[in-house]
Parts: sequence; C-alpha cells; structure tokens
Amino acid sequence: MEQINNLITKISPLLLEAIYFAFWAAVIASALIAIVMGLVWLERKISAHMQQRFGPMVVGRHGYLQLIADAIKLVLKEDITPTDADKIVFFLAPVLIFTGAFMAYLVIPLGNDLIVRDLNIGIIYIIAVTSLTVLSIIMAGISSGSKWSLLGAFRGAAQIISYEVPLILSLLGPIMIAGSLSTVAIVNSQSRIWFILVQPVAFIIYIICATAEVNRTPFDIPEAESELVAGYFTEYSGMKFGMFYFAEYINMFTAACIAVIVFLGGSSGAFLPGPIWFLIKTFFVIFIFMWLRWTLPRFRVDQLMEMGWKYLIPVAFLNLAVTALIIGIL
Amino acid sequence: MSEIKTQEFMVNMGPQHPSTHGVLKFIITMDGEVITKVEPEIGFLHRSIEKIAENRNFLQIIPFMDRLEYLSSMFIEYAYIYPVEELMGIKVPDRANYLRVIMMELNRIASHLIWFGTFSIDLGAFSPFLYAWREREAILELFEMATGGRMTSNYFRIGGVREDIPDGFLEKMDSFLSTFNNKVDEYEAILTKNSIFVERTKNIGVITKEIAQNYGVSGPNIRASGINWDLRKTDGYCVYKEFDFDIPLGENGDCYDRYLCRMKEMRESARILMQASKNIPQGEIKTKISPVIKPPQGEIYKRIESPRGDFGVYFVSDGSLKPYRLKFRTPSFNTLMIVPEIAVGLKIADLVAIIGSLDLLPPEIDR
Repeated sequence: MEQINNLITKISPLLLEAIYFAFWAAVIASALIAIVMGLVWLERKISAHMQQRFGPMVVGRHGYLQLIADAIKLVLKEDITPTDADKIVFFLAPVLIFTGAFMAYLVIPLGNDLIVRDLNIGIIYIIAVTSLTVLSIIMAGISSGSKWSLLGAFRGAAQIISYEVPLILSLLGPIMIAGSLSTVAIVNSQSRIWFILVQPVAFIIYIICATAEVNRTPFDIPEAESELVAGYFTEYSGMKFGMFYFAEYINMFTAACIAVIVFLGGSSGAFLPGPIWFLIKTFFVIFIFMWLRWTLPRFRVDQLMEMGWKYLIPVAFLNLAVTALIIGIL
Repeated sequence: MSEIKTQEFMVNMGPQHPSTHGVLKFIITMDGEVITKVEPEIGFLHRSIEKIAENRNFLQIIPFMDRLEYLSSMFIEYAYIYPVEELMGIKVPDRANYLRVIMMELNRIASHLIWFGTFSIDLGAFSPFLYAWREREAILELFEMATGGRMTSNYFRIGGVREDIPDGFLEKMDSFLSTFNNKVDEYEAILTKNSIFVERTKNIGVITKEIAQNYGVSGPNIRASGINWDLRKTDGYCVYKEFDFDIPLGENGDCYDRYLCRMKEMRESARILMQASKNIPQGEIKTKISPVIKPPQGEIYKRIESPRGDFGVYFVSDGSLKPYRLKFRTPSFNTLMIVPEIAVGLKIADLVAIIGSLDLLPPEIDR
C-alpha cells in the first residue's frame, strides 16, 4: 500500500491526467463501438418490421451477431484506392470523421457526475466538434477523383453548413432558460420541468436540423442512393467505408444525446438509475430518426436549402425572441 | 467584379446505376447542378430477339416474347399472337379471350406495382417498394397457379391459351381483388399528399400535348398530358368492348399527373378483373387448328395497350413455317427520346424523377 502511495505521489499530475483521459477514451471508444453495433442492428430490425419483413435472423438469435459478421467482412475486404485519388487526403478523411465523432463524448453526462469533464462550454463544444464532419466530407469528395463523389461532397457541405444555423438557434432557447452552456447545468435545471414542454417549437426544429446534420433521409442527399450511388463515399471500400458508416451512426447517437440532454431531462427519472433512463430516452429519439428515414421521400437540394434558410431560421429566431421576452417578463 | 468562370462538365449516369431501371446510359452535361444536355445511349440489353425470331417456328417464338419485356410478358405474348391470328383468320373462343384479358389485366397491375415501388425508391421513400412487392406476390402466385411460371409464363397460344385455369383460381383472384383497393389507398396515403413528394414531382418534366404527339409517346404518359388515347377503347381489340372501365386523364403532363394516372389505372384494372371473373363464359379454350402453323403470305400491323403504351407488332409472312420479319414498335423507345427534350434546365434529382415517372424499361428499348 505504502509503495503504491509513494508511486502515485512521485508521478506528476500531468501524467495522471493523461492516464485518466486515456482510460476514459478507451472506455468510451469501446462503448461507442458496441452501441453502434446495437444501433445498426436496431435500424435493420426496425426498417424490416416497418416493411413487413424480418431483417437479419440467421447470425445469432434474431440476428444480433450480424454486425460482427459484417465488421469482419469489412476488415477482410480489399482496400482499393482509385488511381486518380489524392492518396494522403483520401486516407485522412475517414480518420478525421471518426475523430470528430468521438470527441463529442467528452461532455455527455450519463448521470450525476458521470461525465468525463464538465466543460463550461459544453454544448458549443459539441457543436464545434461535430462540424469536423463537414471538413471530412469535403476531403472525401475531392480526393476521390470521381465527379459523382465531388457532387455528393458539395451537396453535403452545403446542407450541413446551412442547417447548423437553425440548429444552434433552436438550442439557444433552452440555454437561455438554463442560464449556462454546461451540459450538467442544463440537465440540472430541468429538475422541475423538461424543456420539451417549455420549448416544443425548438424541439421540433432541433429534430429536423439534427436529421439534416447526420445526413439521414429526408435529408440524405449527400448519399442519395438513387442518384449518386453513395455520394461522397462511393469510392471507399473495406474498413475505410466502415469508418464512414460507423461515424454516421455515432453522429446520430450524438444528436440523440443532445436532444435528451437539452430537451428531455438527461438522466432524470424515478426508480431506475440515471444512466438507464438516459439510454431509454436516447433510444426513443433514435426511434424517431429511424421512423422518419423509412417513411419519407427525399428532398431535392434546392428545396432543402430553401426550407433551411427561408423557413427554419425565421421560426427559430421567433422562438428565441419569444423566449427572451418571457424570461424578461418573469 | 468580373464573373467567376465556370465550366460545364460531363457526367456518365452509366449503365450500372441504381435508378436507370436496367442498363441504360445517360451522358449528362451539367452546369453546376443544372442539366444542359442529356444524351441517352442504348443497346446494352440488345438480345436480337427480332433476328432470332426469323429462325424459329411460330410456337417456338412464344417463350422469347415472354422475355422481350419480362415485366409485362402476357402483353407481349398477346401482341405477337394477335397479328398472326388476324392474318390466318383464326377466330378465338370467348372463354379464351376472357382468360387472356384476365391475365393481361393482372399483368398490368403487377407492372404498375413495380413502377410504383421503383419510383418511390428513386425518390428516397424506401418502404413502398416492399409493400408493392407484397401485392405483386399475390399476383405471381395466381400466375403460377394458372400457368406454372411466375413471371415468364408461356401461356398464350395461337388460337387460344395453353390450358384452362384450375379450380380455385377465380376465388383466389376475387379475394385478392377484395382487398386491393384498400391497399392502393394505403399507398396513396404515403405519397400522394406528402408535401415532399408533391414538391419533387409537380411541374417537373412537363410533357406538352404537342411534344407528346410529335414524339409518339403513348400510354399513361400521354394520358397524363390530357390526350384521351387508350387502345383498349380506341381499337377495342380482344373482348375489351364488353367491359366497363374509365380512362384516367391528367391535366399538366408533369410527373405528379403521371403518378396519379397510373395509380388510378391500377384501380380500373381491378374493376375490369372483377367484371371478368363474374362474366367469364364456359367453353373451349383453344380453337382447333392444325399443329403446323403456316400463315398465308402477307403483312399486318397490330397494336395493343401495354402498361407502358402502344405496343405494335409488324409481321411479314412469306408463307413458310417461320416469320419473314417480326418488328416490334415498343413504347419505351419513343418515350426515351423525349427525355433529352424535357430534362434540359432541370437538376439531376429531377432527371431521376422523370425517368422514374416515365416508366422506361431498357429491355423494351433494346429488344
């Protein structure tokens, strides 16, 4: 015991911090990969039952091991780089998107004090870090050496950038009410009433913008299967494609987590422990995302931009103004 | 500030593409996202069926007709047999004609269901595809019950049909039809009033009456532009004169009107089928003719209303056991040639919607 104490006091605090973060990074990384596997399985099952079929049933009971089989297949596939591609950028694009997707989990609170680091710029940090996706999409599109990928990348970048504005505007309402940007503070200020009841318009705008941010139907233009095969990641094969695919699901999980933190009260709830409530609420929001994907047709690019700039932003501003007015009065 | 110089670039919507419904190539010249020129390239699915038919006797050609256009195989079989019977002066018994109408209208519903499924997938709605397939499964089971084959059935013969329908066929068809209208209501509920769908298809790809007539467009494509042209009413071939059905017409000739026309046509076909199943007479299913089929010398052109439009067969006979020339006038060929005209100035997403709404089928274009 004494030797361990001596050891700990000798190691510098910086190294301890580094070990702390490395440990939590490993935990979060493995948890996220497991969650992504669960999400992809869930998507395949939900879409199957909505379409009157079964989905994966063979690999494992009701197909829950299907993802492991798919991941092994992706790893074993040949990694093709097109001749016209810019090799370094082509290699870095999936790395970047994966990094950006993971970094958001620094400030997601799973329960009371179950957070890696409670930054006091919590929400803005998440939004900033998930914007790395845009950079990675443009890198992937330009470096693929194919006109279709380029088209997909441009559309994707335009879409994500234009929907960031109403996204942040819709989040500003609850932030004003909570009075802080920190995720823990926002969760705690929902102890009396959830923000979805106080700011329903903001919630709807947030769900629409979040669907656009993670490139899901009805906003899946960058990867519009019927037009551009797979858009900006057409030319990727093997595990690089796997990275894009997983990063998309991690982004969806992040968007759902933000919805739960800001609008649905985070991890509050009776009887069950905090983290379980958090996961239940997150899966509820994810179910909404999946439901929309398998029901609605897809927007055209200019109609999408029109909706974002001409309709969502004015409504979000109006919501913000009314919120500010009511806070000022009360 | 001087204008930013932009350059038009050329993209290949190549033979392998998720939404060209087969192997069809479009060379698209674009300025940004706007299309300036579309050039279709065909021939990837050419199987020289017309040449093959010159070396086969009349009975052997029938399975080839199934495969000429596999989604409406019954129609093509009938389109081939109709001129041969007319040239030989063969009268087909009533029951055979009713059976032919039943098979053709079931095939029309099946073909329109496929069109519906692929159209909605092109526009991004993934689920209606599977619902359409569920209905089509019922029709394919009916085909298998009567003919032994689900899609390519080899059922029509010169002088009638190959064999009579088994017991239970009409009951099964009636039970399918009794729920069919509700199912079409369900499909319409997903798409018809959906504002995303309406924005994607209204005023897109408008085919005016002049363009339609100049290019020889037919079928639901021209009916959506407001021209009342349906060969089942105009020519009244087979026993269609004895059935009571309406022809749905559109107004603008845009993708939305074509969609509505085809949905209504499915309901009208169901109506014809219900009348056929009630009124089908007893009798023979095939006229007695000699097994060696030798039409007299001559030429004849006959056309029918297939799900895509006017399907015409020009048959030249030199009095021998094999046809001298068998030429097919396929509706998709003419409809394809309209695409370069109406797609200019639209975006790529609109091109996909147009191709989907026109119901182009490469096996019919290339033969």
